[in-house]
Amino acid sequence: MSAPLVEVSMISRSYSMRSGMFGRATAVHAVDGVSLAIAKGETLGLVGESGSGKSTTGRIVLGLEPPDRGEVRFDGKPMAALGTAAWRTQRARMQMIFQDPLGALDRRLPVATQIREPLDIHGLGTPAEREERVRELLRAVELTPAHGARYPGALSGGQRQRIVLARALATKPDFLVCDEPVSALDVSIQAQVVNLLCDLQAQLGLTLLFISHDLRVVRQISTIVAVMYLGRIVEIGSADDLFARPEHPYTQALVSASPAPGRRSAGRIVLAGDPPNPAARPQGCAFHPRCPRAIARCASEVPALSAVGGNRQVACHLVTGAETRDAA
Amino acid sequence: MAPLVSIEGLSIAFNDVPVLRGVDLALGRGEALGLVGESGSGKSVTWLAALGLLPRHAKVSGSVRLDGRELLGAPAAELDHVRGGRVAMIFQDPASALNPVLTIRKQLCEALALHRDLQGEAVKAEAKRLLDLVGIPDAARRLSAYPHEFSGGQVQRIMIAMALAGNPDLLIADEPTTALDATIQAQILELLSTIRREMSMAMVLISHDLGVVAENCDRVAVMYAGRIVEQAPSNQLFADPVHPYAQGLIGALPPLDGPRRRLTAIPGTVPDPAHMPSGCAFAPRCALAAEPCGLAAPSLALISDDRTVACIRAEASRRTLLGMAAE
Repeated sequence: MSAPLVEVSMISRSYSMRSGMFGRATAVHAVDGVSLAIAKGETLGLVGESGSGKSTTGRIVLGLEPPDRGEVRFDGKPMAALGTAAWRTQRARMQMIFQDPLGALDRRLPVATQIREPLDIHGLGTPAEREERVRELLRAVELTPAHGARYPGALSGGQRQRIVLARALATKPDFLVCDEPVSALDVSIQAQVVNLLCDLQAQLGLTLLFISHDLRVVRQISTIVAVMYLGRIVEIGSADDLFARPEHPYTQALVSASPAPGRRSAGRIVLAGDPPNPAARPQGCAFHPRCPRAIARCASEVPALSAVGGNRQVACHLVTGAETRDAA
Repeated sequence: MAPLVSIEGLSIAFNDVPVLRGVDLALGRGEALGLVGESGSGKSVTWLAALGLLPRHAKVSGSVRLDGRELLGAPAAELDHVRGGRVAMIFQDPASALNPVLTIRKQLCEALALHRDLQGEAVKAEAKRLLDLVGIPDAARRLSAYPHEFSGGQVQRIMIAMALAGNPDLLIADEPTTALDATIQAQILELLSTIRREMSMAMVLISHDLGVVAENCDRVAVMYAGRIVEQAPSNQLFADPVHPYAQGLIGALPPLDGPRRRLTAIPGTVPDPAHMPSGCAFAPRCALAAEPCGLAAPSLALISDDRTVACIRAEASRRTLLGMAAE
């Protein structure tokens, strides 16, 4: 395998939170020792429930937020310090797409102007070339120049997300972080945008970090999927294989909780308890209070992410490679 | 047996823009009906109109009968008895449906006092029983807590408890799990189906998630642009959808196992209610559309004992499907 385009090693990030006005400040570990490597042209899907740290991971990878510990390397070089000229050059090669396209667009500017803005900021091309590039981008996201003259309010949700995508692609980035890009869209429109993302990725050789809570969408678009729980990766493996044969009890519950037409809920794993509070992280394996298979060791010792065969890695005391695979 | 609720020719317009264009729907006692469709298809507005919860400028016509009694235009006193009493409703965002400055006990007891003939200690005992029923641990103590002290999943449980306060015959759950995480969604759906069985209550589950509806309902109605386009038992609908829109919705859903395939996206977008195409509203996006589709809107027609479809190309669409299966 060639050297990864994006390499994240052991990043951690904690915030301090106060409970009430006079409460003591407690540290919330949003991300805790996450390592990832994304090869050029690959898509890594990051799934997890709210509070699992998937968005924070995305923001750190993009340099929008510094990690407390650990390092992010882009194309072999460490991320430049925030706000420097080197950072700006690097940032032109990496872009982000968020869930809410209306929030990401300025309602008072025609969308074509907004697509052009990154070109103006980074000083790419002559004004005439920029105009041509905007037309080209609109075509790339399957819209017409007529759409470009409109304001965000006059476009549908799917069209707005296409505009956001066109703007993100304006500087010809190599790497795109997509944070729940299709979650706010209706099913039929969601399929259009997912197909478009897949096509553009194939055409442009983009590398993607795709963050979503929707297992189906993540599987559709990713080559590798990582499952996060309370700031840590609990399982990582190839997209085709991971949801077909989940090993970690949490991944199993997630897959089982994903309803499918044509399958009645027989044998569904329903986890007891609430989603975990990042401010009160349980000792040992963070998942043990909700885990149907937890043993005494889980409450005291944090399981490390370890290889269990193939390219799968699992962080669970009960999953140790060969034996569980045989038993299954 | 007479249906519990029967809706006939229900139409709604806001400022002369029609949003619901003739909906016919019947719901039996104890039945679980799923309503799917995209935003703006009229899923929620159907039931808001049925319960008289729309603003005054909404023009509502048609008929909604509960046990044979007309609800549209019924006197306020009668509707007060129906709403929260015989028909209860829960919404997507439970946190905004509770009053943040009152304890759970106050809010639960209010619902109980309104709909049940209970006084004093009996009200409090019943409130505790309801919280136990929906699986809030340590119910007696948690009654004095405020909404913000509960997690999102627990707040939805509390909303369900309030909905059950009047012993309703029908619960309308409007996207009850959309704002919740996957594992919590599974808990709430299980709770709803247990309660429904135990209280033999009918349920209308409104959702944009086909999977949620498929697993939790006996029968499903698919809505598009203010009409029902297909109605079928849920296992049949998902195994063999007939209306091209229903087929499109199912094809647009990425599979969770098996080989990955390119998603069959439905081209275009939902029509603007103010500029509805003449004829079938789905025709501009439909791969099977033919000339007659633009002339008149198709009405729901029986295609077997318990299935109806509003599509003049239904036969053709079925043939395409069967042809695909035969290949």
